[in-house]
Amino acid sequence: MAKTKAKVKLTREEIIFNIITCTIFSLIVLVCLFPFYYLFICTISNAKLVDLGQITIFPIGINFDNYRKVFGIQNLLHSAKISVLRVIIGTSLTLLVSAYTAYFFTKQNMWKRKFWYRLVVVTVYFSPGLIPIYLNNRMLGLVNSFWVYIVPGLVSVYNMILIKTSIEAMPAELEESAYLDGAGYLTRFFKIVLPLQKPILATVGLFSAVQHWNDFFTTKLYITNTSLYTLQFRLYELLNQVSAAAQQIEVSGMDSAASITPTGIRMTLTMVIIIPIMLVYPSIQKFYVKGIMVGAVKG
Amino acid sequence: MKVKREQDFKLFLYILPVVIFIIIFKYLPLWGWSYAFVRYIPGKSLAKCQFVGLQNFRDLFSNPIMQKNILRVLRNTFGINFVAFLFSLLPMFFAIFLSEVRNKRFQKVVQTATTLPNFISWVIIFSMALSMFGSNGMVNSTLKALGTDAKVNVLTSNKHVWLTQVLLQQWKMLGWNAIVYFAGIAGLDQEIYEAAMVDGASKMQRIWHITIPQLIPTYFVLLIISIGNFLNTGVDQYLAFGNALNNDYIEVLDLYVYNLGIGTGQISYGVVVGTLKSLVALVLFFIANTASKIIRGTSVF
Repeated sequence: MAKTKAKVKLTREEIIFNIITCTIFSLIVLVCLFPFYYLFICTISNAKLVDLGQITIFPIGINFDNYRKVFGIQNLLHSAKISVLRVIIGTSLTLLVSAYTAYFFTKQNMWKRKFWYRLVVVTVYFSPGLIPIYLNNRMLGLVNSFWVYIVPGLVSVYNMILIKTSIEAMPAELEESAYLDGAGYLTRFFKIVLPLQKPILATVGLFSAVQHWNDFFTTKLYITNTSLYTLQFRLYELLNQVSAAAQQIEVSGMDSAASITPTGIRMTLTMVIIIPIMLVYPSIQKFYVKGIMVGAVKG
Repeated sequence: MKVKREQDFKLFLYILPVVIFIIIFKYLPLWGWSYAFVRYIPGKSLAKCQFVGLQNFRDLFSNPIMQKNILRVLRNTFGINFVAFLFSLLPMFFAIFLSEVRNKRFQKVVQTATTLPNFISWVIIFSMALSMFGSNGMVNSTLKALGTDAKVNVLTSNKHVWLTQVLLQQWKMLGWNAIVYFAGIAGLDQEIYEAAMVDGASKMQRIWHITIPQLIPTYFVLLIISIGNFLNTGVDQYLAFGNALNNDYIEVLDLYVYNLGIGTGQISYGVVVGTLKSLVALVLFFIANTASKIIRGTSVF
């Protein structure tokens, strides 16, 4: 006890060190968070003042018109639905298939297991290239299909390796007792392995959900049918064509009074896309150190 | 013995659908490489396109416009990676100094704030950057309010494009990249530090002589991985931030392949460039792996 007390007394060097590091880290935190804050205050400030660049640190003329009207952009609600569907279906199917693959690859007595495992894992390091993959998916009929969001990513090799490592760390006795009770592979997978792997599945699932939510390039590459656009892609489009969005609002019959502007709409849509990420972020944070460590151990 | 064999094969049948899936989605696309050897005409099937042998490859090296473009995108890919390399020690120092902070609460806040940007997409980051650095953005409004005529114009300028893009990458990924070093520091033996303190080593001396030497191997492994990966820049960031004004400096190899093959529909040339890229990337990967074997005794992959 006396020892720890002695440690509390800081040397002069340490005090200077602490002041410098804390100042620098506070600045870094500010740089990281300010853009989020600034975006938010702009979306709730008077739109005209935002357009004129009058908003700097505090919101002026607080109103929520932007949020009320952002979904007045043509089909934006529909795009939101596509995004949500993609996240839910994509994440759950990827998890299921990756876990299934991982489970069977832990079975050492599979016929030519090593060969099949290599065949799968090598695909992480070697890609045929963007255009061949595009041509292949086009041949498979995935262009302008919702399933292009889901199917090509079904077996995520990286996630599969993470889950496999975790399953291998599980005591073998758990499965053995079920085996002796006569349970087949699938029963054991669903009834014993999956429930016990919840922590790693949650980690992998959150990361995969964020990936699905954030992707816009798949839409750009494969989708021309506007009813399949995701929110991210709508924002991408909006950024490329801010003025066109203003027209869309007029077309859709919303009164485009001065309370909303293309800039305001763009910022609000950005905010709308960030909010779900912010909501899951605390849970992600709880898991990511663990997840990365599992990966690091595996190498 | 026979029973066991059957058992083995039954297990394979469970994994067979996955193997078929992988073959269809990851190996079957290789047939697309054959487009490199034909003169592609949009709308025609591969079989009806004229076979031209290596002509497309020859064009690539003899056509002055193509040559100029390839050199330009290679320069950008190398340039951006080189600038990123200059920042590559930053996550390590970030982790070292943050772990020296005594206040655990503050540590946690810094980690939370700096890791958050890793989870938002490049499109969102571009939208944010536009709000900050656009002509009516936060930075320019503040400059105007301060009465200066200076304008910050990083998004629509062809100056310092590489640096801007790398700084944006740092903003997005510094906290995230530091996590692996945090894990490393957490695993260090505390007794060495105590011994050093008894010997009167100052904080900086402890960092310099104990922490850094133990983290350097991790740094080298990550560096080797990034060298092996440096052609795979992805397109998201450059698609989001690219525009007519900065295109000359922002178009990297991956983006060029996309623009060539999908944007302008020159599938054959796109495949030629993409194929060469895939092969070079594979060679780089093996070099990186061998280098790691020599330096560390184990392979990275």
